[in-house]
Amino acid sequence: MRRFESYGQGIPGLEPGDLSGWLIVVEGPDGVGRTTHVDRLRRHLEQLGYAVAETGFTRSDLASRGIRRAKQGNTLGTNAFNLFYATDFADRLEQQILPALRAGFVMITDRYIYSLIARAIVRGADPDWIKQVYSFALLPDAVFYLRIGAQQLVHRVLADGPFDYWESGMDVPMGEDLYDSFVTYQGRIIHELDGLAREYAFQTLDAARDKDDISEELCASVSRLLLKRSAGATA
Amino acid sequence: MSGSKTYGERPNPYPGKLVIVEGIDGSGKSTQLGLLAQWLRGEGHLVTFSEWNSSSIVKATTSRGKKRQLLTPLTFSLIHATDFSDRVERDIVPALKAGAIVLADRYVYTAFARDVARGVDRQWVRSLYRFAVTPTLAVYYRVPLEVALYRILSGRPKLKWYEAGMDLKLHTDLTESYKRFQARIQQEYEGLVPEYGLSSMDATLPVEVQQRALRDLIRPHLKGITPAPLGQPLEAGEERRA
Repeated sequence: MRRFESYGQGIPGLEPGDLSGWLIVVEGPDGVGRTTHVDRLRRHLEQLGYAVAETGFTRSDLASRGIRRAKQGNTLGTNAFNLFYATDFADRLEQQILPALRAGFVMITDRYIYSLIARAIVRGADPDWIKQVYSFALLPDAVFYLRIGAQQLVHRVLADGPFDYWESGMDVPMGEDLYDSFVTYQGRIIHELDGLAREYAFQTLDAARDKDDISEELCASVSRLLLKRSAGATA
Repeated sequence: MSGSKTYGERPNPYPGKLVIVEGIDGSGKSTQLGLLAQWLRGEGHLVTFSEWNSSSIVKATTSRGKKRQLLTPLTFSLIHATDFSDRVERDIVPALKAGAIVLADRYVYTAFARDVARGVDRQWVRSLYRFAVTPTLAVYYRVPLEVALYRILSGRPKLKWYEAGMDLKLHTDLTESYKRFQARIQQEYEGLVPEYGLSSMDATLPVEVQQRALRDLIRPHLKGITPAPLGQPLEAGEERRA
């Protein structure tokens, strides 16, 4: 049964029929608590007996080093940066996500093409173009969007330490200082993610709530999703 | 996700001119471009060169990917687009703004031919390169496959893995794989000539005959470009970018 599909023409040479696992995406802006929720979800699913794998941005074997180096000196053009991230994503898709899905794992990805599309659009990329670039991506089983307002996000991030240069969009400064830029930049990212949430039918979780409540809802939703297909398999 | 928008929709709005040459390895295009540069400089024009793999940061990743054979058709395509994009933003566009004649040895058509020969979707790769400025003049050096192969294989001892298309598993022998891969690339190029209206050059003609023809092709585009005033140093933009 061909369960996995790509948005566009797909990955050269891929037989989607080989893939049997689940692809679960957790999306949301920087500082919203994705790492915590991905961690908890992972432990929850392992408790239930599922094999779980994880991936996140700039963790590719191929491009992560180059991206780190490029960030240090800010020596790469804006559009080239967009494509460097696409390279990193493609490498992780082929080298981490696909093997996990072939092996029947639940692959949890800390952000997916949507955040990459959002950050490119905020940096001036044509929305149609960048979506087309990422059209080789697999359609996930579900996308959970940790939704929060920019102001609430500021408070949460400040509690954890100083603002990060890149998370404040300082490569394309949007305000007088790190604070102004952070608020404007993250506000625009959230605005783009909201649009993508409608376009790609994300399941939105209100991330302004207590984090235990959020985790509980996320774990319950994912468990239901997995049970549905597992039940189908044994029936 | 519609694929309606594609490469070729960004005409060059700058005062400079972009002249590019394309063709399979061994077509003699680099020799021709070098001779053209020399002539243009002699005529007093400001000339800059642009080549693939010129951006140092991306280059480190590309070399790593090639050396360790980490690249798939998809990531091969994307990492080269990344490098190319950096080259357009930081190298080609500024030079065009400055009114230079930018000479590029290979351009987007190399990616169109090579990536599709690797199995990448035709429309996807054309859309990927939408940010690229359309050249003022694009010349395709057409050469029979056997001639190009003879020029390359008689002169160069060792072919590289990706260059030979070994990742496609067309053949276990490096040279045999290279031949088959070049044949595929050439087939793609032949389709690109009518698709993008590339000027084609018979690359079997004597070098100097081809060079005269190339100069004839570029001459109409030089009208209105003022050569640098006499006595002004021309060296500023001349070095090849490392």
